[in-house]
Amino acid sequence: MWAILSILVENKPGILFKVTHLFRSRNFNIDSISVGVTENPDYSKMTITTYGDEKQVAQIVKQLDKMIDTVKVEHLDQYQTIYRELCLFRISVNTPSDSMQINQLAKAYGGIVHDVTKTSLVVELTATPDQIIAFEELIKPFGILDVARTGVTALQRSKE
Amino acid sequence: METMTGAKALMTAMEKEGVQHVFGLPGGANLPMYDEFARCNIRHILVRHEQSAAHMADGFGRVSRKPGVCFATSGPGATNILTGIATAQADSAPMVAVTGQVPVKMIGRDAFQESDIIGMANPVVKYAFQPRTAAEVPEAVKKGFFIAETGRPGPVLIDVPKDVQENEAPMTFPDEFKIQGYHPWADPDIVNVEKAIDMLLHAQKPIILAGGGTIISSAFAELQSIAETLMIPVVTTFKGKGAFPENHPLSLGPIGMHGHAEANKMMTEADCVLAIGTRFSDRSVGTFEAFEKRLKIIHMDVDPAEIGKNQTAQIAVIGDVRVNLRVMVKILLQRAIKKTEESPWLKHVKETKAYWREHLKLHPGEMGAAKILRKLRELLPKESIVTTEVGQHQMWASLFYDVIQPGTFFSSTGLGTMGWGFPAAIGAKVARPDVPVVDIAGDGSFSMTENSLATAVLEDIPVIVFILNNSILGMVAQWQRTFYDRRMIGVQQDQCPDYVKLAESYGAQGIRAQSIDELGRAIKTALSSDVATVIDIPIDPEEDVLPFVAPGTPLTEMILPS
Repeated sequence: MWAILSILVENKPGILFKVTHLFRSRNFNIDSISVGVTENPDYSKMTITTYGDEKQVAQIVKQLDKMIDTVKVEHLDQYQTIYRELCLFRISVNTPSDSMQINQLAKAYGGIVHDVTKTSLVVELTATPDQIIAFEELIKPFGILDVARTGVTALQRSKE
Repeated sequence: METMTGAKALMTAMEKEGVQHVFGLPGGANLPMYDEFARCNIRHILVRHEQSAAHMADGFGRVSRKPGVCFATSGPGATNILTGIATAQADSAPMVAVTGQVPVKMIGRDAFQESDIIGMANPVVKYAFQPRTAAEVPEAVKKGFFIAETGRPGPVLIDVPKDVQENEAPMTFPDEFKIQGYHPWADPDIVNVEKAIDMLLHAQKPIILAGGGTIISSAFAELQSIAETLMIPVVTTFKGKGAFPENHPLSLGPIGMHGHAEANKMMTEADCVLAIGTRFSDRSVGTFEAFEKRLKIIHMDVDPAEIGKNQTAQIAVIGDVRVNLRVMVKILLQRAIKKTEESPWLKHVKETKAYWREHLKLHPGEMGAAKILRKLRELLPKESIVTTEVGQHQMWASLFYDVIQPGTFFSSTGLGTMGWGFPAAIGAKVARPDVPVVDIAGDGSFSMTENSLATAVLEDIPVIVFILNNSILGMVAQWQRTFYDRRMIGVQQDQCPDYVKLAESYGAQGIRAQSIDELGRAIKTALSSDVATVIDIPIDPEEDVLPFVAPGTPLTEMILPS
């Protein structure tokens, strides 16, 4: 299964290394990772997505929890969570019609077009990983020149 | 608030933690700390290799249940203690390792004797500190000792850059501190202990599997009380060897790759196991799949991450095992549960035990491992502490040396570090100078840290090294005989060195014992001697450790002596 883990850690140097090292040494995989400081500068939040069966994911959570630098570790329920990833695609443009079609696709996916030149343009897309992959499939025929993705970040929906 | 250097603050903070001994070796980057030995009440015990310092601290820590402390300099000094740190981590031993580091402004420039020891040690420590200013030192020490000895114990590294040792700062030594992400204590789990009791009472063939956690938490009396009250036989893991007196009628000894035949047999026939402080290591359980469908598991452990890691449990009791076993003892008393009649299962267990005690074929020669180790057991006072090296002798010790007083047997069981036993024995003797300490050794393993003889002699720490000398890397040779068609590659030791002369050259006592009579005299001489003694016992290089459960096979498939 695909799992989203939200990990609150002390905002100190070296902790990203320890967390990623734990995944390696325990034979787990990191699918994506994003890190940022929280509203309280003493803490950072890491969002890590990973694959594993239920037992493996439970074990990752326990091992992360055991780490002294982690303050809170949650396995987020994907259906009760807002999760997004930002992706930048540089796409090849050969004809004015290409440009128009890409613009339409970007609009349909809620993307923003940047850096338009005669030969390429950049689409910024904030979406779920599934939507990003779907968009990627659609623009592949034009020629993808470069891609950069941030990894998933996530917040649980309010329980109210 | 007193102003002092980081080095002085470090020693002062350690004195406040009750540290009386440091095992170590000085070098350029830890000299300011070493200079403080001239001005404090901590005894420094000099080693000849830093790995041994870590093993000594480890042995001290396992015996005293307080962190043992080792010092090493930066670079190679620090990398040399890594094996010792990893060994302590694998066996959950409390330790504080203090390394020197190049000055802060030199870090990252590939300075002389610089190593990123924090990065290297991360996977094998419970926690690591690198104070970047002198003022951070006292808190690092305070937290370091707390982390090392609480919860599931483990090694803590404190890496102190040289300028941090030298710089002065006004120091506060905190009594209270907060580690937000660390929760070593859990409340007693009465609900699950109740469930565990009911499960044990309903089982037809219950068994207790005591692991190393039972020894770490000293839950000996509680374990014995529960076993006797419920009349349940007790097996242990190898690390749990001696958690339960091995001369007790309910004791079956260790299970595992070289477990006692009766222990492996009964473990595989049981229908319910109370597993205490164990991680179900592959060496203990072989493959569990063969009988796990039948087996209900109650798993007690201080480390929540152990629950479900290797084995799924029906009931999990998280927390210090002694605390929860006390709850169990109390509930059994309240509910007036006390079995008095032997169940058919227990009768079967006792018959099986008697059968194997009588019928397990032993080496026919006078100097077979069983005869040698039983002689040692006969002559050693029961409170003596035994450590082992790693190899055939270690497994023979498991099979033939019965631990009578709980918590007197220690071995490198998780990492399996050759060379551990001798320095660990020295550390153990420092912790308990009042009892004899014996390292049951093999020649190959002993040779890895034999230069600790200098420490034993010069620091007046009289331990006994008991070498079952087959002049071969015996366990490897056994695997080559068993799995590689007797192609013996890289195992011959060719009687080199002469361990009697080696001992004498260090100023220790060396005795060779070539018969059981000579052995008896040698043990008595060693016990009454005030200098470290090496007893060299030549044995047959062809003797195998049996029973043997081949790796990756279930405990039911024991290779037995033919």
